[in-house]
Amino acid sequence: MAAGGDSDEDFVSFGTPLEPLEEDEPLKRPVPLHEQTVKDEKGRYQRFHGAFTGGFSAGYFNTVGSKEGWSPATFVSSRQQKAEKHHARPEDFMDEEDFSEHGIAPREITTSQEFSSSRRDEAAEKARAVSAQAALIPGDTLLEELITPARSSVGIDLLTKMGWKEGQGIGPRLKRKPRRQLKDGGSRKSSYVLPPTGSEESEDEDDEEFAPENVTFAPKDVTPVDFTPRLGVQGLGYRGLDPGRALLGRAADEHVNLFRPQSETRSRLFGERGRSSRRAGVAGQAFGVGALEDEDEDVYHRDSMSRYDTVLGEEEPGDGLYGWTAPEQYTRRRERNKDAAYLGKILEGFTLAQNPLEEKTIFPPPTLPRDYRPVHYFRPKVDVTRLSGVSSALAEALKTSKGHMVPEEPQQGGRHQLDSGQRGALLGEDVLKGPASVLDLLRPDDRQRLLSLRNASAHKPCRSDSQDSSQAPGPGPVLPASGLQQQEALAAWRGSSSSSSSSQSFKPFEKNPSKQARYELYLGGLRQGDTGALEQSLDPSMTEWERSRERDEFVRASILYRPSSSSLSSRFTRGELQEDEDAVEVSRDQEGERDAKQAAVQMKMFGKLTRETLEWHPDRLLCKRFNVPDPYPGSSVVGLPKVKRDKFSVFNFLTVPESRETAAPPQPLEPGKKSRWDVSEQEKEKKDEDPPSQAVSEGEEQSSDKKAEEEEEEEEQRPPMDLFKAIFASSSSEKSSSSSEGESDGEEGDAKEEEGRKEAVKLFSVAASSSSSAVTSSLHSEAAGSSQKSAQDEEEFGPKLPPPLPPAAAAAARGGAAPRYLLPEEEKTSRRSKEKKHKNKKQQKHKKEKKKKKHKKHKHKGKRKKEASGSSSEDSKEDEDDVQPSTDELLRRLKSIRPPQIW
Amino acid sequence: MAFPQAKPQPPQLPQHLLRTIDCHQGAVRAVRFNVDGNYLLSCGSDKSLKLWSVGRGTLLKTYSGHGYEVLDADSSYDSSQVCSCSSDKTVILWDVATGQVSRKLRGHAGKVNCVQFNEEASVILSGSIDGTVRCWDTRSRKYQPIQVLDEARDSISSLKVAQHELLTGSVDGRVRRYDLRMGQYTGHKMKGYKLDCCLSNKDTHVLSCSEDGHVYCWDLVEGSLSLKLPVGKAVVQSLSFHPIETCLLTAMEGRVQVWGAQPEEAEDDTLAT
Repeated sequence: MAAGGDSDEDFVSFGTPLEPLEEDEPLKRPVPLHEQTVKDEKGRYQRFHGAFTGGFSAGYFNTVGSKEGWSPATFVSSRQQKAEKHHARPEDFMDEEDFSEHGIAPREITTSQEFSSSRRDEAAEKARAVSAQAALIPGDTLLEELITPARSSVGIDLLTKMGWKEGQGIGPRLKRKPRRQLKDGGSRKSSYVLPPTGSEESEDEDDEEFAPENVTFAPKDVTPVDFTPRLGVQGLGYRGLDPGRALLGRAADEHVNLFRPQSETRSRLFGERGRSSRRAGVAGQAFGVGALEDEDEDVYHRDSMSRYDTVLGEEEPGDGLYGWTAPEQYTRRRERNKDAAYLGKILEGFTLAQNPLEEKTIFPPPTLPRDYRPVHYFRPKVDVTRLSGVSSALAEALKTSKGHMVPEEPQQGGRHQLDSGQRGALLGEDVLKGPASVLDLLRPDDRQRLLSLRNASAHKPCRSDSQDSSQAPGPGPVLPASGLQQQEALAAWRGSSSSSSSSQSFKPFEKNPSKQARYELYLGGLRQGDTGALEQSLDPSMTEWERSRERDEFVRASILYRPSSSSLSSRFTRGELQEDEDAVEVSRDQEGERDAKQAAVQMKMFGKLTRETLEWHPDRLLCKRFNVPDPYPGSSVVGLPKVKRDKFSVFNFLTVPESRETAAPPQPLEPGKKSRWDVSEQEKEKKDEDPPSQAVSEGEEQSSDKKAEEEEEEEEQRPPMDLFKAIFASSSSEKSSSSSEGESDGEEGDAKEEEGRKEAVKLFSVAASSSSSAVTSSLHSEAAGSSQKSAQDEEEFGPKLPPPLPPAAAAAARGGAAPRYLLPEEEKTSRRSKEKKHKNKKQQKHKKEKKKKKHKKHKHKGKRKKEASGSSSEDSKEDEDDVQPSTDELLRRLKSIRPPQIW
Repeated sequence: MAFPQAKPQPPQLPQHLLRTIDCHQGAVRAVRFNVDGNYLLSCGSDKSLKLWSVGRGTLLKTYSGHGYEVLDADSSYDSSQVCSCSSDKTVILWDVATGQVSRKLRGHAGKVNCVQFNEEASVILSGSIDGTVRCWDTRSRKYQPIQVLDEARDSISSLKVAQHELLTGSVDGRVRRYDLRMGQYTGHKMKGYKLDCCLSNKDTHVLSCSEDGHVYCWDLVEGSLSLKLPVGKAVVQSLSFHPIETCLLTAMEGRVQVWGAQPEEAEDDTLAT
């Protein structure tokens, strides 16, 4: 068990460690003198006057205790009310500091007068007084009083009342015999000790000799153990000079009788070694050789064997009455042999223990098994399989490095990592026949209702935030966080090629093959940009809870281990030319977009095709500095909310009229606002089929419109024909894929335009009839006028739409891509129209329509061109024809009209 | 920035060299007019920024404090402050009169290519080679940028602020327009990027300096080359057009040239204004 890793934990540490010294930390400067402050106990600053001028200031600036100073005592004395005579005591002028421990009048707890005996020996006092009078020196009694012992205490009074006399022991009177018997058993318990003076010893012997049968004796008096604390700084066992012995002459070398404790010599040997001076004089242990000692040869005591007994003589000293507190001399008698070892070492006030300490039984450690290896391997804290980006080889290495002694990991991990099905399979249980879900328990119609309700609720949020990831949430709530993560995962995995990553991808659920298979299914979906992949990959037979947990796990795992190229690609632009085609692959969406832009650039059609508009949140302070209202007042996002992309689509135009008619109050950023991008053109057009959903999204669009500006109000009269035209043009151009109509479209503009307008109106009314979108009056009249006509047009119009998408894409289209940020475009048009306001309105409208239409056409043409790989020269020529006039016109206008601001 | 109404007569182009100023500060990296066009700032590669009078060609002030060559400068609307950016990754706000550094803004990760005040000189916007545009507040004492626009994928090469809009050109081939009022930005994909600084006159012509020692002037609308102005043999580093008049500044090597429409009277006009 002595592994290096364990050694740290074996230590026991006391106290708080010092703070570790920082290397860079500058040394703490000592506090300079003028910053050192002294406060009294109330936290007031005290000023220092200097040691010789009074120390610290006292009172209030050295005056008195308060700011007001002395409050003068109002002395009132009348005939009826005599003023009390006030005796000022010294304590009145003292503060708490003076009463404190180190003050001038310290207060301490003492025995009060009551508890010391008040009764005095009056007779003795009288006698003393008389004698004092009779004495030679009249003041003689003074000295006597000084010598008078302290008054006897209450306890002594009580004792004397009970018959106690000085010199007696305390306790019931005893006969001689029982006392004798008691000596063995009870003596230890009695708690008094005789002073080691020789006088009582003889008494004891006397007692033993003349013990009458019927006489009881008071118990022996004992001197109490001195419990006074040591006050001096001398060491233990020190005894000061004893003046009482100073004058006693002493025989020099007495024989030391170790075993007679009462012997003077012995006591001198132990306690009073220094007092072995032969001559009279003050001698002691204290200061070595005193002035009165004439020789100091004995400072270093040399013992000689002649002073010791060589024969063990048994002698019974006195009685055995003394208990554990008995003087050492008595107790030592018991274990003489043992005492001998301690003779020179026992200090004053200490006795040898009567009972030896119990020896602790120490059990030997168990014998270790033979094959035991004292090494402990810690299991790595991080689960290896969860590490992101770890190569499988490294993971394997980590796994094997856990140590030889660690048994092979259980195949399935812990019991809790298995789901119920797996546990059942391990136990060999049959699969329970029962409803897979709660829904099965419901009646069919109830279930239907529930499902429809749930679908509705599931679709609404996903439309509102139009996240790619939450498009296909199916049943079950999707947490917003996980939705974001899904989004991230999707973005991460989209670019990765399926072939390369599937071969060497990291398998996080390797232990659970079925789970891993599901995960790979999910990854596969991700790679194809399938946003519903997560739901599809989950096992429908699992419970809801398990599914949601697995959903989270998958998303997290896919984010953690994402192809590195994708994480980097978010930061860098892709090279124009890809050297190795197989290594990097762009997903379908992006590629198409790229192609569209590239194609537009190559065709020199700068403009809408090459532009994109994103939502961007300026900092609040920045808005303030630019004197511009914050476009997103409630938003805490700064910069781009997410990686998002917007393309100009039909819906940019479709929503314009709606936003105009409802000047909705600005609404703070909705949670759903963030995401509505990355929707391919196809999907957007697909949306045409789904009028209700579109209506919903447009309704939201209205509410989120905040930049309904004044100029828009002005232009409200004008029907936004061009927008419908744009719709129509796109569909018509698509319809006429043979491109013959495209030319005619350009030429016979007006007739076609008229027709297209009707169609568009029709379409739009279908889309937005449910909402309160009352298109402007002129528009209405027109629409009404051509209603029958457009009915058949609509039929014609319908089939032009792209064929229904595969289910996954359909789900994507349903959920995502609500064209949300169309405002810029709208404003742009309005601004431009404002510029041209002085012109004829009709003309302007016409022109604008044309322009827009052309843009639309270009766009679609470009797309078509992309799709049809064999680019027809006819098309491109036609494009150029279309382009030239429009750009020229635009530029000419630009030249002739100066915009208010300059770019 | 109030601009006068367009004049009916066809715009003239600065074709005549009025004077040449030898700046004595190494290669002039950029030359800029101030707001009213009476003064010019030249950014030298010797770490100094110099203020000149356009009409007389006299040196008024030298601002030194940069740690490396100065790449761009801009003066505030009231000409009381000048901001400049440098290869030492800093943007410095100068007090024009005293020539002291009133603020030194650090934060860019690479050399700062371009710098602009906003209309009220309350914000300095600086575009750097690290691909970010940083918005610095000149009003507060904070030295952190208000906002960092890091949408560009590559170095920001040029920057223009107008009212509430911000236009950035980046080496990744895009021009980004940030509209503060609308809270959005527009990315515009361009085919390529201009090698050199490119400025416009009264929006009728596009002028561009070139490495072949010429300034090319195109008609904005037609796109036809209307003037090829030979400046010298070396590379034209920078050019700046007078905000009101037909006056052009070009920087080549260590010198700044002033060009006017007419040989002499144009100069008189400039002096008069």
